[in-house]
Parts: sequence; structure tokens; C-alpha cells
Amino acid sequence: MTSKTASIYDWVDERLGLSELVAFARHKTVPVHSQSFWYYWGGISLFLFLVQCFTGVLLLVYYHPGADAYESVRQITFVMHFGWLIRSAHSWSANLMIFSILVHMFSVYFMKAYRKPREFGWLSGMALLGLASVFGFSGYLLPMDELSYFATKVGLEIPNAIPWIGPAISSMLRGGLQVNEFTVQRFFALHVVVLPALFLPLLGFHLWLVQRHGNAMPPSEEAKPAAARKTIPFFPNFIRKDLGMWLVSLNILALLASVFPWSLGKQADMLVPAPQGIHPEWYFMSPFEMLKLLGNFLPGEAGEIAGLFIFTIGIALWVLIPFYDTTSDSGRRARAAHYFGLIAVFALLATTAIGYWTIR
Amino acid sequence: MSQVLNVPHIVKEPAEPGEQRTRRAFLVAAGAAGLAYTAALAYPIYRYLASPQEMEASATAVTEVTLKDAQKLPAGSVLMFKFGSSPAMLIHHEDGRWVSLTAVCTHLGCTVQYEPQADRIHCGCHGGVYNAYTGANVSGPPPKPLKLFKVSVSDSGVNVSRT
Repeated sequence: MTSKTASIYDWVDERLGLSELVAFARHKTVPVHSQSFWYYWGGISLFLFLVQCFTGVLLLVYYHPGADAYESVRQITFVMHFGWLIRSAHSWSANLMIFSILVHMFSVYFMKAYRKPREFGWLSGMALLGLASVFGFSGYLLPMDELSYFATKVGLEIPNAIPWIGPAISSMLRGGLQVNEFTVQRFFALHVVVLPALFLPLLGFHLWLVQRHGNAMPPSEEAKPAAARKTIPFFPNFIRKDLGMWLVSLNILALLASVFPWSLGKQADMLVPAPQGIHPEWYFMSPFEMLKLLGNFLPGEAGEIAGLFIFTIGIALWVLIPFYDTTSDSGRRARAAHYFGLIAVFALLATTAIGYWTIR
Repeated sequence: MSQVLNVPHIVKEPAEPGEQRTRRAFLVAAGAAGLAYTAALAYPIYRYLASPQEMEASATAVTEVTLKDAQKLPAGSVLMFKFGSSPAMLIHHEDGRWVSLTAVCTHLGCTVQYEPQADRIHCGCHGGVYNAYTGANVSGPPPKPLKLFKVSVSDSGVNVSRT
């Protein structure tokens, strides 16, 4: 460093304490082992979220919520230069983000990284996934094409099945009895104001916890003596690899967004029948298919209520797993949690596959 | 990666001139690739955000406007209209003369107003005054006169064109 940059650095450092941060980052280490690959997926999710913020603001520049929502998205897609690319990147990145969050979640689950002292990391992560799926659901309506219309209509039938208060909740979300311009307006408010306002502080909390507790090691690694474990410094070695993964993600996203641009359907019209083979996004396919399968045994309202009940129980068990599987040794509960995870993965994959299979 | 990490070590030894040159060439190439990558990302975003300006630029290419039935405008009054994308005014003076000018103040771009009683053009923002016949800046902050258009009045309307 030349003396001038050094003196500027000193001036800033004296006021902000940068060297403490650098010292902290240098001190921090990341474990290296056969499962280290999974450590990147939280970072990839974070990167894709940043892409969502950036492309979302760009879309916000021309998007109109309300009655002319479809027209404004048509304009973005077909009139504005590269508007199709920005919109395509936003849609693709949304899907990739949900995917990487799921990979991150299952890797945390199977490495048992939710155990003490990381329970809050698990809980905040589950809340972030929940918010991400509401982001996905609300964003899906905003173009107001045929698919968005029917997806929202069907989606809002789910809270409708809650006994007693269900219909009131659905109407409140919809802003009326039908999906209309009021629905777009409130989903827009949800998508760009309410959800980010909830998501960002929660994300900050989640990232702070990662800094506080560091990366968890899988039980196989923890069983080794400390001397046999390998680590690399967080800064600059791990950060460099992490940023490398971000670059890879960006390239994959750019490729997908430009080679497979997201389409825009016909304008939503409640008098036009739903198109053949209409189906939910892949990340909602599994619950959709489970409800359908359950409907075969328990037709009508009973099936819907039973389905909702089973989901709620399943999700609650999943969220509360850190309080069941607490001990670090691989006892009975550890094995039970592991099998529960395997069953969950199998059920999700199988119902998703059946869902896609039965469309055709 | 390992090459880069070894660099300080290499530099301490009596550096071979060839090695120095390849290292420099590598850094230049990496920098150029980084710049090209950033430009490839920034270009679509720039064009996307610049879309409305480009659309308006084609609107400013307008050279004449026909105002239907504007010949019926009473003497001593004004008609505001859009010439391309910016505001303009057509004044029918008490003495029967027709004058058309841009209505954008040359000071800071506010839309100006024709005042028939004083027979002048006044800008409400900072009190600029223009001559209502020639567009000349008479008093106040405006640095330049308002641009005049050519006016031709017919039975069906008024044609305003760039001079």
C-alpha cells in the first residue's frame, strides 16, 4: 500500500474498526471434508436472492399493478429493450433460489447441523423458506396471464379448506370473491413491500448466526479427533471459492434466462376455460399431488381438511426436529430423524414425479 | 490458483524477464475478460432502462403538427399542444396575428404561460418574461429566447412546423 492509501485506510479504520472485521474473518475457519460441497448452497441461495432484489427493482421500473398489470408485463416483455431478458432472469432465478434453498435445507438436515447451538439457524431458515414460497406464489400472479390467474385461484382454495375461518382468510387475501385487479394490487404490495420487510431482517439474523456458530460438521467428521480435521481460513480462501460458485451460478442463470426465455400467456379472462394440462410450479407440485391422491380415498371436503391436517403435522414435525434429535451421539432418535428425512425426500420426489406423470 | 499464490516467492528470487512478461500478460488478459464480462451484463440493463428515452427520441423527430379546427381559436387566447414530446403554444393575438412557440422556459424547463392582458409570456417558476410575438427573453433569468415555429392557417386547421 502506498502511504496515501494507508493513511486513508487508517482514517476509516479508526472510525469503523475495519481491522477488527478483517482479524475476525482471518481467524474464522471453514471445515474441509468429503461433504464440504454442501457448504456452498446457502451462499448460492443468498446470491440468487440478491439477483431477485436487483432484477425485481428493474421490473418495478415499468410494472403497473392493478387493472393494466398484463399490459405492462406485455410491454416489458415485447417493447422494452432486453425486458424479456430481465423478466426471464427474475423468473429463472426465483426457481433456482427455491431449488438451492431446498438443497441447503436437506444438506443441513442430513448433516444434523440443526443440533445445539444451531436451533435458531434451523428455525429462521424454515421461516425464510416459508417466506420464499409466499414470494413465489404472490409473484406468480403479477403478470395476470391465464396461468397466473388459475394458479392463484386454485392456491387460494387451500386456505379456504381451513374449518370455520378459511373462507374469510381466502377472501381477505383475494380482495373479493374473485381473483381480480384488487388481488393483483394486494399481491403486489405483499411481494414488493411486506415480504422483503420480513425477509431481510430474518436473513440478517440467519447470516449473523452462521458467523456466530460457524459451519457445522457432519457427525462422521465430529467423531474424528481435532488434530485429524482439516480447515481452511474463511478469508480469503473460502470467500474466494464462494464467489467462484456465485460466478458459476450467474453463468448458469444467464444461460437459462437467455436460451429458455420465460413466456407470457394470454391475458387472464375468467370466461375462458382453464387450459388443458395446467399444473402448479414444480415446488408446489408435491403438495398438489398429495391432495389429489388423498382425494381418491377421502372425496370432497373431508379429504381437503385431512390433507391440510397431515401437511400441518408434517411441517410442524420437520420444523421441530432440533428439539427431538438433540444428542450428538448416533442414538435411536438420531436414526429416527435420519429415516424421517429419507421418507420426506422420497415422498416429495415420488409425488412430484407422479404429478408430472399424470399431466400427460 | 497455486501459481498466483507462488508469485511473491517468484518475485523475491531474481525474476526471469520472460516470467515477468507472462505474468503481466496474464493479468492484462484477466482484466480485459473481467471488463468484457461486466460490459456484457451492464449493456442489456442500460438499454432496458434507456428504452423510454429512445422511444421519445423518435417522437422528437416530428417536424410538423396539424391542429384540427384551431383556426377557430378566438383572438386574444392561447392553445397549448404537444409538439413531438414537448409542450408548445399557439397564440392568436388581438391584432389577428398567429404565433407559435415552444412552451418550455429556457431557464429551468417549466411550462410557460401566455398572459393576454399584458400580452406577454410569463414563467411562473422564477418570473422569466418573453415577448409574445418573437419569443425574445425580455426580463428575468431566461438565458435564451423561446423557439418560434412556422404557422400556416387554413379553413380546416392550423399547421405548425419547424422553421
